[in-house]
Amino acid sequence: MKIFLSLLSSSFFLHSSFCAAADWPQFRGPNASAVSSEATAPGPKVAIDWKVELPGRGLSSPIVVGEKVFVTCSSGPDQANLHVFCFSAADGKKLWERVMKATGRTMAHNKTSVAAPTPCSDGERVFALYSSNDLFAFDLAGNLLWLRGLTFDYANASNSLGMSSSPVVVGDTLVVQAENDSESIAVGIDVATGKNRWKKERPKAANWTSAVVFKGAVALQSSKGLTGVNPKTGDIEWDYTDGASTIPSSAVTENAIYVPSNGVTALTPEKGSVSQLWRASGLKPGTGSPLVLGDSLYVLNGAGVLVKASLTNGDEAWKLRLKGPMSGSPVAAGQYIYIASERGDFQVVDTTAKEGEVIHSVELKETVLCTPAISNGAVYVRSDKTLWKLK
Amino acid sequence: MKIPRTALLGLLFVSVSNAASLEEPLAALRAVQKEGKGNEKATAAWQQIAKADPAALPEILAAMNGANPLAENWLRAAIGVVADQAIKAKKLPVEAVQAFLMDTKNSAAPRVVAFDLIQRAKPELAEKITPQLLEDPSSELRRHPVSKITSTGDEALAQGKKDAALTAFQQAMKGARDEDQIKDLAKKLKDLGSPVDLPTHFGFVRSWKLIAPFTNVERKGFDTVFPPEEKIDLTATYPGKNTEAKWIDYTSTDEYGQIDFNKPYTMLKEVTGYAYTEFESGEEREAQIRLGCKNGWKVWLNGQLIFARDEYHRGAKLDQYKLPVKLQKGKNKILVKCCQNEQTETWTVEWQFQLRICDETGTAILAAK
Repeated sequence: MKIFLSLLSSSFFLHSSFCAAADWPQFRGPNASAVSSEATAPGPKVAIDWKVELPGRGLSSPIVVGEKVFVTCSSGPDQANLHVFCFSAADGKKLWERVMKATGRTMAHNKTSVAAPTPCSDGERVFALYSSNDLFAFDLAGNLLWLRGLTFDYANASNSLGMSSSPVVVGDTLVVQAENDSESIAVGIDVATGKNRWKKERPKAANWTSAVVFKGAVALQSSKGLTGVNPKTGDIEWDYTDGASTIPSSAVTENAIYVPSNGVTALTPEKGSVSQLWRASGLKPGTGSPLVLGDSLYVLNGAGVLVKASLTNGDEAWKLRLKGPMSGSPVAAGQYIYIASERGDFQVVDTTAKEGEVIHSVELKETVLCTPAISNGAVYVRSDKTLWKLK
Repeated sequence: MKIPRTALLGLLFVSVSNAASLEEPLAALRAVQKEGKGNEKATAAWQQIAKADPAALPEILAAMNGANPLAENWLRAAIGVVADQAIKAKKLPVEAVQAFLMDTKNSAAPRVVAFDLIQRAKPELAEKITPQLLEDPSSELRRHPVSKITSTGDEALAQGKKDAALTAFQQAMKGARDEDQIKDLAKKLKDLGSPVDLPTHFGFVRSWKLIAPFTNVERKGFDTVFPPEEKIDLTATYPGKNTEAKWIDYTSTDEYGQIDFNKPYTMLKEVTGYAYTEFESGEEREAQIRLGCKNGWKVWLNGQLIFARDEYHRGAKLDQYKLPVKLQKGKNKILVKCCQNEQTETWTVEWQFQLRICDETGTAILAAK
């Protein structure tokens, strides 16, 4: 795959791996910002372009690398069959599928599933992680490069409710969180060999959040707060210890991190210290993670209300009730926010309307728990049975 | 279906001729260990195996025999690639794969893969083989005939043929090892007036001696060695948490074998309890202790700690933890530690566990006496 460095430098801030501008390489896209940086946005009036059937459950997001869409699912009575699919973005044709077997525990709450963490890519490889803590690295053609069974390695690294933290890749290190009440760990894994560069004990508490990358440090969120670690060494660079949510993850920009902590707390971490810009206790992200679009922070609360707030001080600008309930996180491109409800109502919000406005919706008619992906002017959404491309 | 001996010899020849070139890469995949050990060699070896001729599939399947779960996955992925191309080109060595499947000396995991390959390449053959898998060592393979026979029973019932339905459901239940199928069949049989002895079918251990309450304030009881961990003396009494702790008899009447500390001790919090039993095995043998528990727990067999887990109230289910053990002939001493924490939500009341002894297939091993 060709890499266009000029596009990279103009499109991403401190992008964590080598992906092209239109790629959506991980949970909440480029740098986990949840915002598409490509010039061609999907726009408001999206419709189903194609859809394909999936043979198993999953709430992981699709990711897009070049012309390929990758999605995971789990099938079988115990969801022990772990699937990785590669589809053509153009027409949904299956390019390859690999089916592996869980080596870790597959028990999970009925609402979630074993294919909960979103895979990620460095542009050359796809790293597929599951709630069983099985981790597979494939090249884009489907060749197995290496695998790990993190619960096979560390027998108490599991959560009986299921795990969902998505991995992030930073340079040549893949950072995986397997945080839970018992053997709670995070590991930095060499993307070439699948071996640990480092392994850290993490707070002994269930945690479903995903890391973000800020100024080269991987920010690991937990009930204790937010810890910035050096991806290469695992060394702690800064530590915010005022507590944080264990479900919605942080939003990140070039200058600050907006943490679901005591409402939302805006932080500017630097090596050895963390400064607090503001705290808005009234902003309460539900299951979905907040996002930053332009000069505003958008928070989707537990009641399905999207709140626009100032990036400068957290003050609320408007509130817009969406058709809920919601499990996924909102994503954005241009002036539009895209989100699907659990009942399959895919909604497009115009953030420039005076009070925000849902200007378009698509009934997917299935339960949707995932966070959408955006690439090349299209939005990808999945359910337990279907992967859709909306354009 | 029987495979002619000459055909098998021919297949064996093909396998042997391929084995020479694949021996080294297959060994590299089988050599992978925890924490990525062996990954580098495996990466190159996998590429080589994934390009193998379809005739090598039985050889690759055989490499899964006795392999660790990580190596199984390396091999499973390679088989998938070779099989995709073979099925597309109609070159899957179906007879050899079938021979592999039907040989129960092969491990369960590759036999499941073999069945899946046949199902993809020749679904009518898979259908024909299915009834032969009812008593299979693989619980996963048993699911197919259990499902098929259950459907036959359902059809008979829909036609008012209760006796035929009863026979079908009983036959299916005999082979069923997975909870979802057993539950479904148990209900159907109960509705037909033929209830199933579920505790016996599963092999739940229901009679125990219990002792409690020891403390678990600040969850420290989990790592505290209380007297029952040092010595089992069923006549002894010990200072417990706010009261004296002494052994009592407890037999569960629960169909799913729950050993519920709340029943004799009331709904205490921040406490630790122990359950002790002796299980008579007719022979020395490999077995599994399977546990379901949403409290902190430890299990010892004959004084040896088998596993410990300090997770509280995240959920419990049948066979949540499968612990491979070796039973000794005669008396086997099983000790379970069950810790209740400080949480007060309604969903944190349970202080219980469920334990059964079975083989790898999930077939109950019942006490010899």
